[in-house]
Amino acid sequence: MSFLQSLSQRDRVFDFMAPEASPVDVRHGPILYMEDVTVSFDGFKAINNLNLTIDDGELRCIIGPNGAGKTTMMDIITGKTRPNQGSVWFGSRHNLLQMNEPDIASLGIGRKFQKPTVFEALSVFENLELAMAADKRIFPTLTARMTGAIKDRIDEVLETIGLTALRYQPAGILSHGQKQWLEIGMLLMQRPRLLLVDEPVAGMTEQEMERTAELLTGLAGKQSVVVVEHDMGFVRSIARKVTVLHQGSVLAEGSMDQVSSDPKVVEVYLGADDEEAA
Amino acid sequence: MRRFLSLGLLCALLLSISFTAQAQSDSNPPDDPAALELLEALDVRSYPAKGEAITAILQSDDERARDWLQALLDGRLQRTDDGRFVVVLDNRGRDWPVADALTNEPLGDMSRRELDRIGINNALRNQLRSAIAVVDLYSPDVERRRSSAERLLGEVDEELAEPLGELITEEEDRQVQRRLAQALAIYQVESGQLEGVEALRGSLHPRARVALSRAASGEDPVIADAASEALTSIEQNLKINRGIETLYFGLSLGSVLVLAAIGLAITFGVMGVINMAHGELIMLGAYTTWMMQQLLPGQPGLALILSIPAGFMVAALAGIAIERGVIQFLKGRPLETLLATFGISLILQQLVRTVISPLNRTVITPEWMSGSLVVNDALSLTLNRMFVLGFALVVFAGLMLIMRRTRLGLEVRAVTQNRAMARSMGIRATRVDIMTFALGSGVAGLAGVALSQLTNVGPNLGQNYIIDSFMVVVFGGVGNLWGTLVAGLSLGIINQVLEPWAGAVLAKIIVLVFIILFIQKRPRGLFPQKGRAAEG
Amino acid sequence: MMTQSSSSQFWLTRPFGERATQIFLGVLFAALLLVTVLHLAVPQGHPLHVNAYTVNLFGKYLSYALLAVAVDLVWGYLGILSLGHGAFFAIGGYAMGMYLMRQIGDRGTYGDPVLPDFMVFLSWDSLPWYWLGFDMAWFAFAMVLIAPGLLALVFGFLAFRSRVTGVYLSIITQALTFALMLAFFRNEMGFGGNNGLTDFRELLGYNLRSNDTRLGLFIATGVALALGYILCRAIVTSKLGRVCVATRDAEARTRFIGYRVERFQLFVFVVSAMLAGLAGALYVPQVGIINPSEFSPIFSIEIVLWVALGGRATLYGAVIGAILVNYAKTVFTGVMPDAWLFALGAMFVLVTVFLPKGVAGLFRHLKRRKRDDGGDQPNSTPKEAAV
Repeated sequence: MSFLQSLSQRDRVFDFMAPEASPVDVRHGPILYMEDVTVSFDGFKAINNLNLTIDDGELRCIIGPNGAGKTTMMDIITGKTRPNQGSVWFGSRHNLLQMNEPDIASLGIGRKFQKPTVFEALSVFENLELAMAADKRIFPTLTARMTGAIKDRIDEVLETIGLTALRYQPAGILSHGQKQWLEIGMLLMQRPRLLLVDEPVAGMTEQEMERTAELLTGLAGKQSVVVVEHDMGFVRSIARKVTVLHQGSVLAEGSMDQVSSDPKVVEVYLGADDEEAA
Repeated sequence: MRRFLSLGLLCALLLSISFTAQAQSDSNPPDDPAALELLEALDVRSYPAKGEAITAILQSDDERARDWLQALLDGRLQRTDDGRFVVVLDNRGRDWPVADALTNEPLGDMSRRELDRIGINNALRNQLRSAIAVVDLYSPDVERRRSSAERLLGEVDEELAEPLGELITEEEDRQVQRRLAQALAIYQVESGQLEGVEALRGSLHPRARVALSRAASGEDPVIADAASEALTSIEQNLKINRGIETLYFGLSLGSVLVLAAIGLAITFGVMGVINMAHGELIMLGAYTTWMMQQLLPGQPGLALILSIPAGFMVAALAGIAIERGVIQFLKGRPLETLLATFGISLILQQLVRTVISPLNRTVITPEWMSGSLVVNDALSLTLNRMFVLGFALVVFAGLMLIMRRTRLGLEVRAVTQNRAMARSMGIRATRVDIMTFALGSGVAGLAGVALSQLTNVGPNLGQNYIIDSFMVVVFGGVGNLWGTLVAGLSLGIINQVLEPWAGAVLAKIIVLVFIILFIQKRPRGLFPQKGRAAEG
Repeated sequence: MMTQSSSSQFWLTRPFGERATQIFLGVLFAALLLVTVLHLAVPQGHPLHVNAYTVNLFGKYLSYALLAVAVDLVWGYLGILSLGHGAFFAIGGYAMGMYLMRQIGDRGTYGDPVLPDFMVFLSWDSLPWYWLGFDMAWFAFAMVLIAPGLLALVFGFLAFRSRVTGVYLSIITQALTFALMLAFFRNEMGFGGNNGLTDFRELLGYNLRSNDTRLGLFIATGVALALGYILCRAIVTSKLGRVCVATRDAEARTRFIGYRVERFQLFVFVVSAMLAGLAGALYVPQVGIINPSEFSPIFSIEIVLWVALGGRATLYGAVIGAILVNYAKTVFTGVMPDAWLFALGAMFVLVTVFLPKGVAGLFRHLKRRKRDDGGDQPNSTPKEAAV
């Protein structure tokens, strides 16, 4: 493992020697493939032999009680945390364990954090501008100019996330729900192949939730979307396929109805959480 | 009794020509004509005659002999204009206090013009030295015999060799005996006797090595071979001793680093507060020791012991003032805290300069802490460093106990890990902050008390330790007291190992660069905190 | 908490910043012109005459101001608190000092045509290799930028690659400058040890002791400050500048949207080190000496105070801070030298606790108050809304 890590570090240092990033290969179906992944912190296994496959264009919801390993799973996919064992592939060509965060991001995996993190000192417009898919090396960034096309694209997303009126306001003044939207907007600007969305509707009103549901279901098909969410009502409204995580591994998988009638799931999760979730 | 007989024999040997007295003056009280005669003999022109006179004094069994010889050696045996023999008690200044050489009676001050020194030359000086050593060898005082035996190393000549052999068998003190045997062996090696080489095997004294290495390049092949063989084994032995010495100095330096850093490990490592004034808290501890010694003149030991609680309190109170006055307003802004506390460090330094003095103050080392533990001729361990090393370990153990076993330690860990949660469980986080900061600062004060025994106490004392302290904490792994201990001790040792071939400054630079590179490789130090908490 | 510390920078990337640049450059050139006129055209003895000593002093302030701008670039916009920028400043200064030493030629005390006095004194018989080429102005001037840039490149490469940031980075930058100070104190290093490099005579053939050269250096420093300011302004208003601000406020997030944060940090860090080196090179001929004390950690941390006092992340605030603090230092050390460290220490405490946005923040606050009094309440108080 440490050898692999050193390899990946070397990649980071000499990446001008690395071949051009090649497009994601999804001819074999899945866009994301995790096999036997295990992560432990001080002996505590946050992820334990996790196996997960996401198909291209799929919308998948992941649920599970606190500490089930949902966020850690996203950390692994986006390169923030290195697993102790296992393999993670993006399409059938890219081994994500050999890449760092920016590489994975430019490959087309976008992430929305559980706690919304936007660049508070920058305006809403600038937040979207930075997130936009572009040449993100130093000198192109230094000499980047605002073109009409870029502006139109940002305006379009601003419209989608309903923040047009606040475009020149610093992101720091947005409400919690607005920050969530801005983050989703930043995801859209990235045009990722795979979106990882961590608790997208926390702090949103009923109407906002509906719009989010619409947005996410609209994205599925063109892009693959993985949603981690606590709000059962919301999951029920968008889910086609649900995966239940428990203690770092997959407990059950299937449609919402299948899953919620699974006695194991009821025991560890729905049973205990029912009143709250409803 | 036999001792005096031997003395007589020895003196007979030292004396080759019989002694003739030439009495010429009676200015000294006439009740001691014999002694006067002895002294009169010294006041002659010819140096050989003076030599005889010295021998005569030796032979006289007069109990004042040693004092006379010592005074003569120091140029303090003088004669007044009116012919009296006097010993100058203090030859500084214009007028010198003198005492009568025969009666030891003080005669008040005399102008140097009234006095006439009894001159000696180098040959006489050497003779006097061995004569004094010989007199001392018969002293009933063991200490005196010891130092006399020490002085005889390499100074033994043919005439001394024989009685020395006899003396060795009679000597009761083992240490004196061994020294005398070595002195004799050195003489034997110098005069080409093989048995001397054998006797010196394993001796670590530099004189012995000089004698052996001279013999190793001598003409006699048998002795040269034996000597060089003995030398090799001595060198080996020396290397081990030097290694131990380096290790000791390394541990000592390391213990200083640990002491300086351990308080920081609490305020920075546990609370996450960057206190650039930490060095000045150390300085306050050192000044407290100085102040205590000023308050209790003549009792440096008691003052030092009292300084331990006092230094802790002074630094802890200063720490509380800093925490309440500045740091609490900068919560969650570590870089600003760094700047503000740096400002405090400047103020404290200047305060000491203005109020006390810009110059260094000397803190007295109490008697029971000075001196050193002599292991062998090549290795002696200074006691003050050993005390500081022990003190550092005690302080460390105490802190470990506080953090692991007390309510405060538990609360500190709770607040560090989850402030909001801890508060909701009824822990008063603010109080914990104050207590923790006071503890870390107080430990800095303790470090100051210990440091006052090793270095000068001055306004810059703290500044010299702040960067090192941060390095130790970061190197060891922030938030890990064991890491601080291991890091401090190992950095101290690395520094001392490098010093002989790199020099002190370069060694320090190398260590700094090493840590800078190490942190690049392992940003969280030797013993990093693991898990989710550390990821944030 | 986060909002509080970062909200003060909302307006940085607002067009207002551009007007600030225009005002800044206007004031700077007016000041240069005024000092020049008062020095040359007003006769000596006239109360408005600016004497050569003062011109020299102002020149020194301006080089400090350039140094402060360099620190503000990394601290204000990138969030990297470097406590080692004095090292880059000093290295630039040493590069210039080495050139000036070689210009002395055989006019030194020992009259050696090649070796500087201190090397003759140490009985060295030839120049060390790293002194070669410093007799050529172009080479030395290039080194003024390259040497600090290279050090920043190597150091930054290692540090940013391992994601050493925040307090840790501050501490190791401090250790870096401390190690360099110890090294430069050593005679064996070949930089004059304790005494450093001094007794300079000429720069590009101009006598350093003449008043005209001093005025020329003052103007050159002013121009360098203007250019450095414009360069930094160009960086911070570009998209790259916005990436820097994004990195400062949410480093991990910036990575997740695809920026190689460590390279942006490295780029800006190196640019900043080069500007610091340039400031050092302009400083040395004006004060006539460079010695290892410029490497002392205290000096580096003092630079940070200039920036903090003037107002972080504003660039012009850094200039104001540098000039204010150094002016205060000149006055204090002249009148009551003992009080200076008290004043400096108090400034550190007061600025961080009571004036976290510095003098520039104060200006802005007053300005906004005035505007708010004039009406249009709803839109103009975004910050209060956030807090």
